[in-house]
Amino acid sequence: MKETFNFKNAGNAETLEINFGPQHPSTHGVFRMVVQLNGEKICGLKPVFGYLHRNHEQIAENLPYAAMMPYTDRLDYVNALANNFGYALAIEKLAGLEVPERAEYIRVMMAELARVVNHITVIGFMLNDLGAFFTPLLYAFRERERILDLFEEITGSRLMCNYLRPGGVKRDLTDAHLAAIRAIVTKFPAFLKEFEALLTKNEILCMRCQNIGILPVDAATNAGITGPVLRASGVNYDIRKVDAYSIYNRFDFKIPLGQKGDAYDRYYVRVLEIRESLKILEQALAKIPQGDIVNKKAFPLLKMPRNFKPPVGEAYARIESPKGELGYYLVSDGTPQPWRYHVRAPSLINLTLLEEMCLGQKIADAIIILGSIDIVLGETDR
Amino acid sequence: MGFTKNKAGVDTPLRTELAKKGVVWTTLDFLYNWGRRSSIWPMQFGLACCAFEMIAAACARYDIARFGAELFRASPRQADLMIISGTVTKKMAPQVVRLYNQMPEPKYALTMGACAISGGPFIDGYNVLRGIDRYIPVDVHLPGCPPRPEALLHGLMELQKKIASQEIQKTAWYQKGLKREFPIPEFGPNGLIPKFNPEVWQPSKENPRREHYGQTILVGKKLKAPDLELAAAPQPAAPGAAA
Repeated sequence: MKETFNFKNAGNAETLEINFGPQHPSTHGVFRMVVQLNGEKICGLKPVFGYLHRNHEQIAENLPYAAMMPYTDRLDYVNALANNFGYALAIEKLAGLEVPERAEYIRVMMAELARVVNHITVIGFMLNDLGAFFTPLLYAFRERERILDLFEEITGSRLMCNYLRPGGVKRDLTDAHLAAIRAIVTKFPAFLKEFEALLTKNEILCMRCQNIGILPVDAATNAGITGPVLRASGVNYDIRKVDAYSIYNRFDFKIPLGQKGDAYDRYYVRVLEIRESLKILEQALAKIPQGDIVNKKAFPLLKMPRNFKPPVGEAYARIESPKGELGYYLVSDGTPQPWRYHVRAPSLINLTLLEEMCLGQKIADAIIILGSIDIVLGETDR
Repeated sequence: MGFTKNKAGVDTPLRTELAKKGVVWTTLDFLYNWGRRSSIWPMQFGLACCAFEMIAAACARYDIARFGAELFRASPRQADLMIISGTVTKKMAPQVVRLYNQMPEPKYALTMGACAISGGPFIDGYNVLRGIDRYIPVDVHLPGCPPRPEALLHGLMELQKKIASQEIQKTAWYQKGLKREFPIPEFGPNGLIPKFNPEVWQPSKENPRREHYGQTILVGKKLKAPDLELAAAPQPAAPGAAA
């Protein structure tokens, strides 16, 4: 089967088409792009999707609502807990469930810890792409393992946590868990200081990332780009503030914004977001109340998922996942399985402007730009 | 290192006696396999979620370098071991087989996670291959979703045992005229063609669907869409409609 990629000036003798991936060390999984080069400058770029299309949405339409929760872990496998959060919110909207106070605090804490894990991992991988092979990643993974230990203790799994439930969470946090979270929150700034001392004013990082892959505000908002990529361009849009879902309106935190929208801003916005997440964690630890962790009305849904039939209707819930706006759309037809289930994946939509960002840049910079967008193929291809 | 039997034909007291005088008595197999198993170069090839556990295994805490397998090569031409870490979709399967063909002999494959073994949780999907062992021979299967980094280390040790038990004289790739090329499947109108490589894998004899192998199964087919506008009009105001 011959593939054609309708490049604008195809057939020009001066251009050269190069294939990246799906097996390439810096495409973050099985992403593939075909790049058209003129000398070293990029004059065309076409992404090829679908190498990890694992029928997420089709599987959901054949499963009871509650049984889909473990699959959402595997969407964005760097931060499984944020995915759980969005899906739980969607079911709660559909079924009209409320969440106990303590469960809300636990959810927010776990989502923020997942954000920290995601951002340090992404920064590590971005520097990996930049040529600092594996060293920053080793620092990042050292801290990541500490948080994953905590996840394992609380949820039972390192990576695929499957912890949140519609109407609450699966297990309660003990005082020892809270103390462990507190220990992470207090120790983390020291690590960030070390990490930043190595990276933020590093001359190589500055030279390679500043003014690379500039994303103008107009283009970003028109394409529906969200998350740190949008905020690096200077748009103050964070669903934690805009929607104030769950209990985010009770916390005092800032939204870090970039100025230029280049790869460096995208790196630095993430570093600052980690600090804000730690701030939220600190406040949540101080305020967390005692009480139930699951709404009793949700028991039929959880104990007998095949008998749970929500009323006919639709629900869309969105959260600020570390990658952007993660939305779940559910349509119920009154049967135990949803009629339609759709995921608005931030990675996929943030990738749509990859070509615009890369045009006119050098080939080596395309890798950095891709790394700074932060994609996860489980979510992009679903 | 008790991986291989002592075939040198010299008993242990004599060997220790000789070792004191600086004479090492061993078989070529043992020495050669010791070298091979202690420097397995895996291919840097992440497919899905399990790739993260593979990276974690390479990082400081689990440190796969202790087993001599830390040198992840991006090119299949330089790799000994292919860690198939994650879901193999039907679009990706041809490239996986192609990459395996490009690796030099002797080569090994390790499936990491339920997806690569059998399709795992995504087995019902129309685009998910139900196990990469249909197209290439796999040496170690590593179950789990995802397996922990320790499990990957265990799988690596199992592979080391396998390598240590191979004899140079009998192993296929040291014989004359060996050419192992596995046919690369193509993406046809109904999935991959062929469905499997019969030299490597065959459906089990007890399989009741053996005759109809590869036909699609329709599960949970729904035909009528719900009328959302009708449902939205008389909005039941009760929020506790969960039951």
